[in-house]
Amino acid sequence: MTARTASLWQIRQPSVIPGFGLALGVTLSWLTLIILIPLSGLVWRSSALGWATFWELATDQRTVNALRISFGTAFLAALINVFFGVVLAWVLVRYRFPGKRVIDAMVDLPFALPTAVAGIALTTLYAPNGWIGSLLTPLGIKIAFTPLGIVFALVFVGLPFVVRTVQPIMEEIDKEVEEAAATLGANRLQTIRRVLLPGLAPAVLTGFALAFARGVGEYGSVIFIAGNLPYVSEIAPLLIVIRLEEFNYPAATAIAAVMLVISFAMLLIINMIQAWSRRRYGYGA
Amino acid sequence: MAHDGTASPTGTGNTELVRVATSEHRLARYGLIATALTFVGLFLVLPLAAVFTEAMRNGPGEFLTVLSDPETFAAIKLTLLVAGIAVPLNLAFGIAAAWAIAKFEFKGKAFLTTLIDLPFSVSPVISGLVFVLLFGSHSLLGPWLQSHGIQILFAVPGIVLATVFVTFPFVARELIPLMQEQGTSDEEAALSLGASGWQTFWHVTLPNIKWGLLYGVLLCNARAMGEFGAVSVVSGHIRGLTNTMPLQVEILYNEYNFVAAFAVATLLALLALVTLVLKSLLEMKYSAQIAASRRH
Repeated sequence: MTARTASLWQIRQPSVIPGFGLALGVTLSWLTLIILIPLSGLVWRSSALGWATFWELATDQRTVNALRISFGTAFLAALINVFFGVVLAWVLVRYRFPGKRVIDAMVDLPFALPTAVAGIALTTLYAPNGWIGSLLTPLGIKIAFTPLGIVFALVFVGLPFVVRTVQPIMEEIDKEVEEAAATLGANRLQTIRRVLLPGLAPAVLTGFALAFARGVGEYGSVIFIAGNLPYVSEIAPLLIVIRLEEFNYPAATAIAAVMLVISFAMLLIINMIQAWSRRRYGYGA
Repeated sequence: MAHDGTASPTGTGNTELVRVATSEHRLARYGLIATALTFVGLFLVLPLAAVFTEAMRNGPGEFLTVLSDPETFAAIKLTLLVAGIAVPLNLAFGIAAAWAIAKFEFKGKAFLTTLIDLPFSVSPVISGLVFVLLFGSHSLLGPWLQSHGIQILFAVPGIVLATVFVTFPFVARELIPLMQEQGTSDEEAALSLGASGWQTFWHVTLPNIKWGLLYGVLLCNARAMGEFGAVSVVSGHIRGLTNTMPLQVEILYNEYNFVAAFAVATLLALLALVTLVLKSLLEMKYSAQIAASRRH
């Protein structure tokens, strides 16, 4: 009886493995020092602004436009990545072609290449006198130094998120499901649309959310190609930097707080999608 | 995997039929491959090629002159120093966090895992901003630090802190699923044979997780050396003193010194390529001992 009461109050289940106190102690101290104290500083500073000031700063037209540009371009880029990411993952999982290994490894380039390098490289390519930009200028298409340039940079940084979430789930698809669909008279397009894609939906959604979340906060690759025109092609992270350089800490804090709230909501949604997917399909995305 | 129908029970005569029924028309196949390759070419291969081409625009002579510039040299040194501090710190943290989370059952574990992932969902600029708010002259700590002559912002400590914040989850995230999968039976066996806790860790756990560990360190290091947004906010851009390599790239580029900017960028691109090659090698040779290749 006493043992049972004790186990109710125990924080952890008994184990013969040593080092729980040390490991958890190190983890919690480091987490508190590096992540929790700095982040709570931001929360504290934005709550110290008072609701009226905060609302005024957050609804400033330049801030609203910057947030709209950040979230809008990130959304569009994530949509583009969903399409090309799924095609790329499909090609990598299902087909054989020369150079496949290299392409597969290249998908992670945006994870490994510093964002500033990606930024100046993309700008050089898509500027009006660049390799690709000079081909598009005669057609009247301008990419660099417009909001479209932001979308291009965000497509670059977001691509691996979609491919790497969808790819493992595609590999798990049982071939027999497709054979069954074919046996029952479905043509290939019907099998893909009605049988394969629904099973991939949670993974695609997760990949979309990850690419979107990353795109909203992205700074390094965007600032070179965006043109950074206030109200038009100025992203929210850049506006934070500008406010900081003006020593306008309240405005910087307010923009950051709005971005954080929306990002955490996104994180929550991602976790809900994954939990739902595990329940529905038996595997997580 | 077995997409030529070898696993199906239909017999050898029908293999071709199964293949036709469960694969796309040849034209569709070629179309999809062409789409994927064009996309990869436009968004991944060309930018990488542009970095090297632009750096060599005026020949290898100027390229080497830029790289031997003292400011570039200072930036390289600072980048190595920052990564040299941030990566081992997060390595030690990652092992501790993975040990606590993977080897034990306790309350609040899921919440702790979410907290560890937090830096991934925070914009790099905000990761820098939090330290400005904490240590800046307008903050609570600011005046105290100033009166004691401690410089954190616009100095190396601030850059290290911002880098540690941004790279915080990399090693832990790699080790936790790996160690969870491996369970505790190996450690229990070692302990029952009389090994001490540290002996068990060094001789049993560490050999089990070493490739996963290396994988996490590799990604952590790439991010630490390449971080731009967070470091940019706390660095103050003091030439020769607080400019890391990515910041040096930005400064040179904004001065229209494109060849120099791309020359420094070449070094970072090489770092990325080496990271990718090592990462692929680890995934190919030790896929069973690496968690990330299956989860990402």
